Amino acid sequence: MTAIDTELAIRARDLRKEYGSAEGLVRAVNGVNIDIARGEALAIMGPSGCGKSTLLHLLGGLDRASGGELWMRDLRLDQMNEKQLAQLRRSEIGFVFQAFHLMDELTARENVELPVLLAGRPQSEARRRATELLGEVGLSDRADHLPSALSGGQRQRVAIARALANEPIVVLADEPTGNLDSAATLDVLELFQRIHTAGQTLVIVTHDERIAATADRLITMRDGAFVDETVLRGGTVGPLGAYLGLEG
Amino acid sequence: MSRFVLILRLAARDFRRRRGEAAMLLVVIAAATTALTLGLVLRGVTTQPYEQTRQLTAGPDAVATAFPYHSGLPSNPTGLAKVSPIAQAPDVRASSGPFPVAFPVMTAHGHTDAVLAEGRSSSAALVDQPKLTQGSWVRPGGVVVERSFADALGIHVGDQVILNGRKFHVAGIAVTAALPTSGLGFLEASSRWPNPGLVWLSKAAARSMATRAQPLGYILDVKLAQPAEAESFANRYTASGNYRNNTGTPYVMPWQAISQQDGLLMRTDQKILLIGSWLLGLLAVGSLAILVGGRMAEQRRRVGLLKAVGATPSFVASVLLAEYLGIALAAAALGLFLGRLVAPLLTSPSTAMLGTAGAPQFTVETAAIVLLAAVIVAGLATVVPALRAARTSTVDALADSSSPPKRRSWLVTRSARLPVSMLLAVRVGARRPRRVLLNVLSIAVTVSGIAALLFARATIAASQFGSDTSGSANFNQFDVGFVSKTAREDQVLLIVSILLVALAAVNAVFITRATVQDSQHTSAIMRALGVEPGQLTAGLSVAQVLPAFAGALIGIPGGFALFTLANQGGGASQPPAWWLIAVVAATVIVIAGLTSIPASWGARRPVAEILQAEAS
Repeated sequence: MTAIDTELAIRARDLRKEYGSAEGLVRAVNGVNIDIARGEALAIMGPSGCGKSTLLHLLGGLDRASGGELWMRDLRLDQMNEKQLAQLRRSEIGFVFQAFHLMDELTARENVELPVLLAGRPQSEARRRATELLGEVGLSDRADHLPSALSGGQRQRVAIARALANEPIVVLADEPTGNLDSAATLDVLELFQRIHTAGQTLVIVTHDERIAATADRLITMRDGAFVDETVLRGGTVGPLGAYLGLEG
Repeated sequence: MSRFVLILRLAARDFRRRRGEAAMLLVVIAAATTALTLGLVLRGVTTQPYEQTRQLTAGPDAVATAFPYHSGLPSNPTGLAKVSPIAQAPDVRASSGPFPVAFPVMTAHGHTDAVLAEGRSSSAALVDQPKLTQGSWVRPGGVVVERSFADALGIHVGDQVILNGRKFHVAGIAVTAALPTSGLGFLEASSRWPNPGLVWLSKAAARSMATRAQPLGYILDVKLAQPAEAESFANRYTASGNYRNNTGTPYVMPWQAISQQDGLLMRTDQKILLIGSWLLGLLAVGSLAILVGGRMAEQRRRVGLLKAVGATPSFVASVLLAEYLGIALAAAALGLFLGRLVAPLLTSPSTAMLGTAGAPQFTVETAAIVLLAAVIVAGLATVVPALRAARTSTVDALADSSSPPKRRSWLVTRSARLPVSMLLAVRVGARRPRRVLLNVLSIAVTVSGIAALLFARATIAASQFGSDTSGSANFNQFDVGFVSKTAREDQVLLIVSILLVALAAVNAVFITRATVQDSQHTSAIMRALGVEPGQLTAGLSVAQVLPAFAGALIGIPGGFALFTLANQGGGASQPPAWWLIAVVAATVIVIAGLTSIPASWGARRPVAEILQAEAS
């Protein structure tokens, strides 16, 4: 396990996301306070509808908070306009989705190249970076295949490579193994471990305890708020470790 | 509940749920049916005003003229001797004249025009007694002005006019069927235009204006025993045996030729509307293809649901048919109403004629044809989704999987070098090449129509003034007749252009909307990867502008071809180049403006919401 960098990657104070009004008011995220250190791997778990995906979207600037403060390093996300948020997503954040969200008409390599091209960098650099990342996720031989010709696990590895393309501060993963079978889940889990070991900040929303067990810290959410926080030591201590039979 | 009621209820529910789309379908079909109504209404309306005027003015079956080509004695006895015997011809039943005709220059309301001044007695003529619409008949010191000429110059009863320097007051305004007065020029001293503005005055006044340089001419109006044989009668007075080629004296013009020249204006209108109707029809089909295509994708799941609860493919087809039929019939009714409203503007005769031409043409047949067209449209809109519904398995339909986008490797590779907005535009377009093609065709059809109208305008102008005018309006002080005629044609051009542009604009918005809907998932991913809303808006908009530009470029030669075809080999004059360049530029600007609205809407939709929906 890597030592956690003390510099903060993300900080949130009293972060809220509300829908509707009066009687129909829904507090999807309700006064969340969180500090995520650089290089830390954080897992967020909780029942369906507890607000964990909404929180992830807020942290990634995909959605706007109803209230509270949110920083990424020294940048204040809750005060940014759409353009600034887009620029932030382009350079500082990588997303991994449950449904992969790859472009169907682009090959694996072209999908990984895309964020680099969108950042305005030359095609040659995008090509070099995509080749390098696909090698790292073990898909060099599948680089020219369309997503439809790849398995679920392979698609998710392409998505992870794409998330890393612009060397972001943080990678946010929303149920990354939700659509995968056990073998593919293991592949992705190993990949996340490698990324984490390399010092990448990770925030993973998951139902999968095995993924959560690889994190440095586990937060449990219910009704839009944090109800439990467990510091894991390599996924072998704390309640989760006990639950998995890993502790001790 | 009976099957019929159930079908109606389901159709009504879907109609209510998608009011916006239903309204757009209504607009598209109504535009097409309006054009169709106008086209039908204009059939055969050209002769009616002339016939009415001929009856009311005791119009002649033939008019013999002897106009001087050279200087000579002011009274021109040679000319008189050539026309007078025609009154005694065996086929002639009655005649009036010969009337002396002078060719003075008239000044009125700041205009100076060559006029044909026909000398008349104060009593009514047996043949060709012009019908007064205002004032009284000729008397010493008073002239009667032909109505279309008076309208063009703004002359009213009581006004003062100057003929060869002598003052006259306008005693009356009248119409005649003896000379073709509408739609021809009034150019001073132009031998190409034998029909200048027409005034009637006393015989003495006419004779007094004759000089050795400009002697008198003569007009003889005759009624024949066999009016239908007027052309044969006229042919007898020319060496070539065809009055149309007659360049000598006397020149005998049958009533059919006068009627035909008076109908020129209406025929030009018909030609313009004919072109317009073809193009509007094509655009309407394009709009329907986009709308119905978009609805089919949306209705896929609905079809699955209906089939899951036991509906047969024929039942699903009936629901779709009921829905489209309701919209199409409402649109047809609207089209008939609008056609009826606009048609009189186009079919009203020139002020040279009496009576109206438009109203009688609205027949049961017209309504039936328009309604039938609407039913066919509804049927076509139903067939494809109904067939798909029959073929698609219920499970697939419920899964609602849209057809996968196309991959164009070379475009993906080339676009990687482009700026972000252009990269997005090219890739968005490459995903749905058929839609891009439809966009190109839609704009090409519209620009073809506008270009054809410009070619028509230039050709009409050139035919009035010769090719040396390059189609630009040569509105000098002698051309009031031309102004009067082209003002009406411009009105028709304007109506057709507005309909074409409106439908093309609707198409552009539909296509952009369909593209935005289709690419909302891609757009959401792009935004998650850091594309700015402005870049995405520009990309989606440029994805429409590029095909629009291509379509506009195709449309210019297309318009030329279309006009040449419609003009039946009559040739075409090129409008000024800047007109055509302006059309292409305006097309691109308008499409960019129109598409930026749905593109901007699409680019600002909440990303998280879309991606969550896709994942669930």
